[in-house]
Amino acid sequence: MMGESLVVALAGNPNTGKSTVFNCLTGLNQHTGNWPGKTVTNARGKYVYRQRCFTLVDLPGTYSLFANSVDEKVAQDFICSGEPEVTVVVTDATCLERNLNLVLQVMEITNNVVLCVNLLDEARRKKIQVDLPRLSRLLGIPVIGASARSGVGMTDLKEAIYRLSAGQIKTRPLQISYGPVVEKCLALLGPALAGLVDKNINSRWAALRLIDDHPGSGHGSRYLFLPRAAPEQIQAAGAQADRLLTDGALDQSTLRDHIVTCLVSQAEEVAQKVLKYERQNYNAADRKIDSILTSRIWGIPVMLLLLGVVFWITIKGANYPSQALAGGLFWIEDRLTQLCLAAGWPGWLHGVLVLGLYRTLAWVISVMLPPMAIFFPLFTLLEDLGYLPRIAFNLDNFFKKACAHGKQALTMCMGFGCNAAGVISCRIIDSPRERLIAIITNNFVPCNGRFPTLIALAVIFIVGGAGGAGQSLAATLTVLTAIVLGVIITLAISRILSQTVLKGIPSSFSLELPPYRKPQIGRIIVRSILDRTLFVLGRAIIVAAPAGVITWSFANIFIGDHSILQHGANLLAPFGHLLGLDGFILMAFILGLPANEIVLPILIMSYMSTGQMIELDNLQALKELFVANGWTWLTAVCTMLFCLNHFPCGTTLLTIKKETRSTKWTLVAFAVTTATGIILCFIVAQGARLLGLA
Amino acid sequence: MNGLVPLHLLSPGTSGKVNRLIAEGNTRRRMLDLGLIRGTRVVALQKSPSGDPVAYEIRGAVIALRSEEASQILVEVLSG
Repeated sequence: MMGESLVVALAGNPNTGKSTVFNCLTGLNQHTGNWPGKTVTNARGKYVYRQRCFTLVDLPGTYSLFANSVDEKVAQDFICSGEPEVTVVVTDATCLERNLNLVLQVMEITNNVVLCVNLLDEARRKKIQVDLPRLSRLLGIPVIGASARSGVGMTDLKEAIYRLSAGQIKTRPLQISYGPVVEKCLALLGPALAGLVDKNINSRWAALRLIDDHPGSGHGSRYLFLPRAAPEQIQAAGAQADRLLTDGALDQSTLRDHIVTCLVSQAEEVAQKVLKYERQNYNAADRKIDSILTSRIWGIPVMLLLLGVVFWITIKGANYPSQALAGGLFWIEDRLTQLCLAAGWPGWLHGVLVLGLYRTLAWVISVMLPPMAIFFPLFTLLEDLGYLPRIAFNLDNFFKKACAHGKQALTMCMGFGCNAAGVISCRIIDSPRERLIAIITNNFVPCNGRFPTLIALAVIFIVGGAGGAGQSLAATLTVLTAIVLGVIITLAISRILSQTVLKGIPSSFSLELPPYRKPQIGRIIVRSILDRTLFVLGRAIIVAAPAGVITWSFANIFIGDHSILQHGANLLAPFGHLLGLDGFILMAFILGLPANEIVLPILIMSYMSTGQMIELDNLQALKELFVANGWTWLTAVCTMLFCLNHFPCGTTLLTIKKETRSTKWTLVAFAVTTATGIILCFIVAQGARLLGLA
Repeated sequence: MNGLVPLHLLSPGTSGKVNRLIAEGNTRRRMLDLGLIRGTRVVALQKSPSGDPVAYEIRGAVIALRSEEASQILVEVLSG
């Protein structure tokens, strides 16, 4: 019999493999990353165990529940809501002491806790032994050892959750002793609160939060649902507690210190009892790698080299399959055209469906699919290894000088995948000012929707289609330059913002450099193809199909002598010329607002529908098309610049709106990025013309 | 040398014991969350390429702190 679904919360520090546990339990393929801020919304997944239905809620990874950042607030609110019947805390066996802090905090809130000690395989590799039975005895809760990446321990975990929720296990969570004064206060307030909190929440914890927040005030905490009649007794207890604390010389700040100190000491004590290190310097290998990857001399060159290698492999590897795909897909287009003619379809229908819809799709697939299928697994590999936090570590000083948050480097890296995801990941930044800066500037790094455009233009114009190894190398350098430029612009705009509209000094910064992990190649390939490549491609296709129809229609509906598209392009032409572009390029960017992926296909279509038809089955043909439409190297450079610096795509804009809850800041993001592009293109175009270079 | 020094002056490879935190408010809270209570051993591991931030080993985790924050943590230098 399946009753209603039981809610299980999944909490844990970042980098503990929490999302892997989530995937293992639910089978849902949520992407996991090796750095903070990855789980940005509460992903939910269901599973059935012993004919019981469970809803697993993946909380953001946090170190603590004291609600400093958005992530922590989300996690705390959910655990405290009383909604979850069971809370599973996932910890990293190689870093257990630190993780226990959160475990103890969760155990204070609720009795229904299961501890999952994950990454036991890593611990074994580092010769760290964890005495799980003893840990379970000490904490008074079920403890399950696991290596979620290989599925080890997952059935045990399901069993523990099942038995706890069915009342077959009774937990006796370890109570942290806060010393005589605080304990007396808790004894006063706890019973008074007992009837007022959810059945899944401990009144002792509610009492602790109450004195921690506002001793004496009686209604300070948002987790207490105080009926209007009740506060009297609580106020009395609160006032008494207040006096006790004052007598004990514990004011607001010393009390907080005291509470955290007790927690940390308790975690230390437990850890000492259950952990055995066979090797003193179990992290020696990590330190060795760090000493190269973040070294004074090699840190930044190695970073550029790694990125360069990733792009080189992408460009080199994507070349052939791209051409083969294009060849195949355009062969199909010819056959479709023959079919349409044979069926006697009217010209416009053939135009809309084959020349508009199908051709755009063919372009999107052949231009985007191969680079993405190579780029994403490589990028995911760097992510899985734990390299991204090192990038943030290497670049932090630049961000500090720009008065921005160090973690902005992380959110920036996320932007390489998708700017909308990058904007969401800004939640890891707890200062609102710096979070806004990170959100507004995220669009300055090219997302994968823009990489194909940059790569294609780099290959055909900057490199000159020379062919051979030199070509992909030069294209790589071009893309790398674009990225470095993107980072410099990010820093410059961050600095300008923090000196004008978002004034302030950088807030505190601490960044964890998680242990390096052995990546699982097979998993990476499957996950990055399924979760990222196909997802992004699918989105591009969904957007490109209607855009193809609209663009074709605009290009073929005539008002007077010109098509709508041409009218638009003519209108924009003078402005485009100022920026080193033309009217069609600007039109393509505007029509490409829904997704950056389709800017190039739209541009190609507008040129083709207005000029003569060419068989576009390789990049050389593309170059001929562009040159025939008046492109020079300057046009290519300015288009690449504008591609790097223009308004965020529709999805990103909506995400900014959602994350900032403000139309104003969404408009600021739109204006700042676009203005930057316009100014840069103007300077480059006019400069080049003045110098007689173009 | 057994006096108190701010953490950011600890040279890489040496370690210290936390004596007290000067930081207030949210920063202090963050530091406590990292486990930086009195008596905690901190090892300065490595500087980033530009010298700041510095990576420290705190309770088995590697945490990078900017000098602004590290300077608000007073430690006793431990020899060896």
